[in-house]
Amino acid sequence: MNRRQFLGNMLKTACGVGLVGLGLGAYSKRASSMPANYIRPPGALPEEDFLGACIRCGLCVRDCPYDILFLGEVGDEVATGTPYFIARSGPCEMCEDIPCVVACPTNALDHELKDIEESRMGLAVVIDQENCIAFHGLRCEVCFNVCPIRGRAISLDMQHNTRSGKHALFIPVVHSEACTAVDCVNVPAFWKRLPSRSFRCIWQKASWASITVWAGRRKTKRARHWSHPTPSIVTTYPKGCVTTCKVKV
Amino acid sequence: MVDLTTLGDDAIAAKGWFKSHKFLILRRLSQLGILALFLAGPWFGLWIVKGNLASSLTLDFLPLTDPYVLLQAMLSGVVPETAAIIGVVIVLLFYFLVGGRVYCSWVCPVNMVTDLAAWLRRKLGIRTTSQISRTTRYWMLVLTLILPLVVTGGIVWELVNPVSMMFRGIVFSMGAAWVMIAGIFLFDLLVAKDGWCGHICPVGAFYNLVGSKSPLKVNALQRQACNDCMECYVVCPEPQVIKPALKGEKKGLSPVILSSDCTNCGRCIDICAKDVFSYGGRHAIKIDEYKREDEINRGVRV
Ligand code: SF4
Ligand code: SF4
Ligand code: SF4
Ligand code: SF4
Ligand code: SF4
Repeated sequence: MNRRQFLGNMLKTACGVGLVGLGLGAYSKRASSMPANYIRPPGALPEEDFLGACIRCGLCVRDCPYDILFLGEVGDEVATGTPYFIARSGPCEMCEDIPCVVACPTNALDHELKDIEESRMGLAVVIDQENCIAFHGLRCEVCFNVCPIRGRAISLDMQHNTRSGKHALFIPVVHSEACTAVDCVNVPAFWKRLPSRSFRCIWQKASWASITVWAGRRKTKRARHWSHPTPSIVTTYPKGCVTTCKVKV
Repeated sequence: MVDLTTLGDDAIAAKGWFKSHKFLILRRLSQLGILALFLAGPWFGLWIVKGNLASSLTLDFLPLTDPYVLLQAMLSGVVPETAAIIGVVIVLLFYFLVGGRVYCSWVCPVNMVTDLAAWLRRKLGIRTTSQISRTTRYWMLVLTLILPLVVTGGIVWELVNPVSMMFRGIVFSMGAAWVMIAGIFLFDLLVAKDGWCGHICPVGAFYNLVGSKSPLKVNALQRQACNDCMECYVVCPEPQVIKPALKGEKKGLSPVILSSDCTNCGRCIDICAKDVFSYGGRHAIKIDEYKREDEINRGVRV
């Protein structure tokens, strides 16, 4: 091989690898967005930092006593090999000794997190007030009762029931400064096990109330871990509702 | 050209089937054994090793961490835990001693796939060649180390790395990772001989550098016994490393295979009917001792 061929080959290789690099860069951009129902384990750094820190070893997954953590598979909406849980199917049980964090070799799960109640895995948001029966005057309160830090993370806000005129509404309110987003988001799944029709109200389209969770964390490198987006709760009542609730339990 | 239909027959005739597949069998046992150790936990509840090749904890005591992936994490700004640093030091020391690419031939699960592709190529007589240079893997290595610096969102290579994908796939869950593995298999089978491991994979390139001065080497001490059957060149995944050691006698080159491209797989030892090759030390034999021809008995062990 002469010098010219050698340089030519080198250039070709460099160009090819450069293209691979561009492709990888673009792919990583796409892969770093995560759907809201995928939640990182406690102590996880903000998503961008997390993706640079997590070496996809799965030690957190192995040390979780409740087996709620999974590693993203190729084709999942979460970056390949990174740990997540889905609160609806298996919420974090908020272990006091936080074994998942202890197991992490890279600080992708920040070892400075010592108190599990300080973790901010996400934020529960009441997304479907039309179907949350608390908004219709029923005292459900399941979400409140399952919350491990109820009173601080979620409270029941007593309001006047303007529709009946004489009852109270106990509205679940999530407080972003304390919510870790673990259990209340499980509520709809819990409700499905109840005889569903008995809780149905007269609005036929009603299914089940939903509290969901936002896993979004602010995308700034500066703001060190677990900062929340601000929830926006818009109160909407079912369209055209004029009657009071006639639920038969 | 070597007759592929009789490849290995001489060695079997001379040494028996087992001896002429010894290191191949040992390597498969090693690769599958490592997988088995990781699988004993999730399958049978025997938690001997937790984690995967990226980082693992053996018997809740011994941490092992892949230096290549931790390097990428550190380049994207991570300060690792002490256990990870200890794990990296152990792994680096081990591969420095036994040869970096021992990772490839004795540990990496993808090696079983690419070896299968190479075997099938020989069986089917596929002889396609491609223009990819063997240095591409170093460019890839540089690329994968630059990406964490320039792209926010970190260890980009781990999004596609087939080595960790396959291992994690087996130990945790496979998902669509098999597509990637099938892709590598077909690439090696149809497009380029040893295309992935010998040309592109930056993981192999990284371990290659780790073991570039390692003391454990394969040598062709009995090179005068060579009958030029060329079978070692055919089975070797990095055949360019053999010639200087095997045929360099006149030029005064060492019989030790010094190139760190050599994976220390031992296939050449297995396949050679004349027992030319053996494992040995890097500096075991001084070059001068082999400069003069006919000073050793042909084909007789020193
Ligand atoms: S705190 Fe406990 S339950 Fe929650 S992810 Fe960690 S180990 Fe699992
Ligand atoms: S233990 Fe840490 S590095 Fe390993 S998968 Fe979990 S978060 Fe990632
Ligand atoms: S070159 Fe890469 S894929 Fe091939 S055996 Fe080595 S680490 Fe595995
Ligand atoms: S070293 Fe052995 S296998 Fe290689 S060409 Fe010589 S005799 Fe054949
Ligand atoms: S020279 Fe021998 S030990 Fe080295 S890679 Fe080739 S076959 Fe394997």
